[in-house]
Amino acid sequence: MATLDINGKVVDVEAAPDTPLLWVLRDHLGMTGTKFGCGMALCGACTVHLDGVPTRSCITPLAALAGKKITTIEGVNGKVAEAVQAAWDHIDVPQCGYCQSGQVLAATALLTKNPKPSDADIDTAMSGNLCRCGTYQRIRAAIHDAAKSLEA
Amino acid sequence: MNATNVSRRRFLETSAVLGGGLVIGLTLPLRGALAHSKGSANTPPVQANAWVRIGPDDTITLICHRNEMGQDVHTSLALLVAEELEVDVDKVEVKQAPVDPVYVNALLGAQITGGSSSVRDAWTKLREAGATARTQLVAAAANEWKVPAADCTAKDGVVSHGDKHRTYGELAASAAKLPAPTNVALKKPTEFTQIGKHQHRLDTPAKARGKAIFGIDTKAPGMVYASLEQCPVIGGKVLSVDDSKAKSMPGVRAVVNIGEGVAVIADHYWNAKKAREALAITWDYGPGVGLDNAKIEATLKEGAKQDGSVIRQHGDVDAALKSATKKVEAEYRLQLLAHATLEPMNCLALVSDTGCDIWASTQFPQGAQGVAAARSGVPAAKVQIFPQFIGGGFGRRLDVDFIGQAAAIAKAVPGTPVKLIWTREDDTRNDFYRPASYHALRGGIDAKGDLVAFDYKFASASVTNRMFPGVTKNGLDPLMTEGAIDLTYDIPNERQRVVIQEFGLRVGYWRSVSHALNAFAIEGFVDELAHAAGKDPVAFRVTLLGKQPRQQAVLERAAKAAGWGRKLGAGKAQGIASMESYGTHQALVVDISKTASGAIRIDKLTYAIDPGIAVHPDQVIAQIQGGAVSGLINTLTAKITLKEGRVEQSNFHNYQLPRMNQMPKIDVVLMPSGDAPGGMGEVGVPLVAPAIANAVFALTGQRVRTLPLADAKLTFA
Ligand code: FES
Ligand code: FES
Repeated sequence: MATLDINGKVVDVEAAPDTPLLWVLRDHLGMTGTKFGCGMALCGACTVHLDGVPTRSCITPLAALAGKKITTIEGVNGKVAEAVQAAWDHIDVPQCGYCQSGQVLAATALLTKNPKPSDADIDTAMSGNLCRCGTYQRIRAAIHDAAKSLEA
Repeated sequence: MNATNVSRRRFLETSAVLGGGLVIGLTLPLRGALAHSKGSANTPPVQANAWVRIGPDDTITLICHRNEMGQDVHTSLALLVAEELEVDVDKVEVKQAPVDPVYVNALLGAQITGGSSSVRDAWTKLREAGATARTQLVAAAANEWKVPAADCTAKDGVVSHGDKHRTYGELAASAAKLPAPTNVALKKPTEFTQIGKHQHRLDTPAKARGKAIFGIDTKAPGMVYASLEQCPVIGGKVLSVDDSKAKSMPGVRAVVNIGEGVAVIADHYWNAKKAREALAITWDYGPGVGLDNAKIEATLKEGAKQDGSVIRQHGDVDAALKSATKKVEAEYRLQLLAHATLEPMNCLALVSDTGCDIWASTQFPQGAQGVAAARSGVPAAKVQIFPQFIGGGFGRRLDVDFIGQAAAIAKAVPGTPVKLIWTREDDTRNDFYRPASYHALRGGIDAKGDLVAFDYKFASASVTNRMFPGVTKNGLDPLMTEGAIDLTYDIPNERQRVVIQEFGLRVGYWRSVSHALNAFAIEGFVDELAHAAGKDPVAFRVTLLGKQPRQQAVLERAAKAAGWGRKLGAGKAQGIASMESYGTHQALVVDISKTASGAIRIDKLTYAIDPGIAVHPDQVIAQIQGGAVSGLINTLTAKITLKEGRVEQSNFHNYQLPRMNQMPKIDVVLMPSGDAPGGMGEVGVPLVAPAIANAVFALTGQRVRTLPLADAKLTFA
């Protein structure tokens, strides 16, 4: 049995130690906001924060999580996350929406570290997150929009 | 949505009496290209049905008969109802419709979300549904107040007469008892207060917060998971399986041979996946084992020697070619392409004594019902489909293979819900690929530099012959001729032909279907003709569009918006392409540049779009932006290759999709006109490849006639 800190709550999980965090969340805990896209750290759909750092949960085994603070789309909150989600709403970023949990968490991590990212910063921070629907232009606009609202 | 939820099928039967709710019925005739297809052969006559439901608590629900996969049907269709019902669209709740003949797409003849047809099909239907409901509500209030209905007004969910007011919810029960009016009058476009105005998507907040439930997110009490090892050669079968190791692994409940593969059912996904990797299977690879891309190309080129079927013909193209001053000939080719939806194929199925329940992301609920019935052995009438948000469709989820698989697997554990989840590798290797194609073109230019002859032949495999046999008539598959039959250019001598040439691999519909194939060849070749005629590619096209004012207008507008013809500076160039598709007119100018390392950078796409009426303009723009990215996928590097029948690509490292750092700027100029909407979901796709190829020619002098462009040794920044 492993004990995890997920969204500020202590959670016990019974799963094989090599089970990726993604499946611990989705399957064992029924938290389906974090998505499965590739299983190889290639798409970013499964992005969560580990101690605030955007991390691909599909390649992060349960055994590596002791003592880490895990934040998922269900629990992400605070000024930056709220600004990001408000910008997402305002600009109507999502299309199918499947990649968007990962995009929101990646964008929140970026703006937390870098409150005024340039386009090049956005390229660097967001290029690991695929959007098959092609919402990239709106993601970029929404990140700038959120940065502006955080400044105010 | 979970297994304990009420049956939506029963909802349809009982909703008229549920809490006095009002259900609006309409009767529609069946028509359309696929009406006679196998998919609808058993469809009973269309009957009264429901889109709009008004609860006594004033909730207004749209029973949405099209599936949401990013293209915004939930909001766009809600807008049609809300406009006539006189309620704010954001007061409308959207519920996904079950399978029912009344929800058949009249443009396609089956309950399908595809063909850029959702808004076009719903345009009159759902506005009438809204107007009918409003008329009944007003009549109910008028009866109660004993005043003429014409003296009452309906606005913001309230019917009023003088100082008397009733909410829709208060009126719903009595309104439901009134006969539905026929011939309700609809608003004129000038009277619209919501259609054509900026609105937010109803599903944005849920999608930005991880709350939208996709097929892969569905749950049912006691649910277990399945992982399926499929034959490495598509079409192959299991000969035998040694599952002794897999069966001894933790959490494994059962191993099921379903013919095309072997599934491990386990209590958790990770257990199922690991045990699946321990299966030892011997395969009958079937006839596909010898297939590779070179063979497919050769088959298509050989097939193109047949006469084929005439798509469109006038004048005497052979004579005109003979007497032409200049003749141009070219061959174009496109490779196989995977859909790569971000949500891999998956399906939750429960087979029990009472029936079969299916939760899935699907574009074709009616087909899902059929395949689940066939593979579970449960009669179709007892198969319920619960369609979910779709994590990307692009045509992949018109196929229902994964739904049949889930039903076949769940049948082995009756009473236990099983969720089948494909890995990304499964998804890449078991797709219904966009067909490879071969195109032969000839053109003739007279002494004045005018285009006098155009001869086109297109050879490819037919998706429709597999999915909807009977739709192809006289060798013409309507989903192969689109993008050619609607050619906008006026050329005195023209012949276009198509050859259906199967090449030994099942193929599927891929966003914009044959528009993308035909547009790459035709718009690339028209550019070649312009250069052969010594004319500017925009001016050359404008001359050919004299009878097509809407098309001419978007072409000129795109050129102007992109600054066509101005000095661009060293290492920069532009390309243009133009077409009509799905009743929408568009032109696209692409700006590209060469980087220091010699790679090509796609800097900017400038579209001009005349979509007829834009019901939800911001989402029309979103569809173009997204379509552009699908267009880039089909242009730059992605392709599927076969080696000894096995797909070589597996995941996003070797089947690459555009990323944030590669994105061009996309400008969309909307030029709405007319009085009905054109299709939008696929429009952004087909012109990207020819416009970029034409820009590459302008930049480098290299004429690229193959997709992906990377096959011509181009690299992209
Ligand atoms: S699922 Fe983890 S990066 Fe794709
Ligand atoms: S919104 Fe569909 S994958 Fe990004």
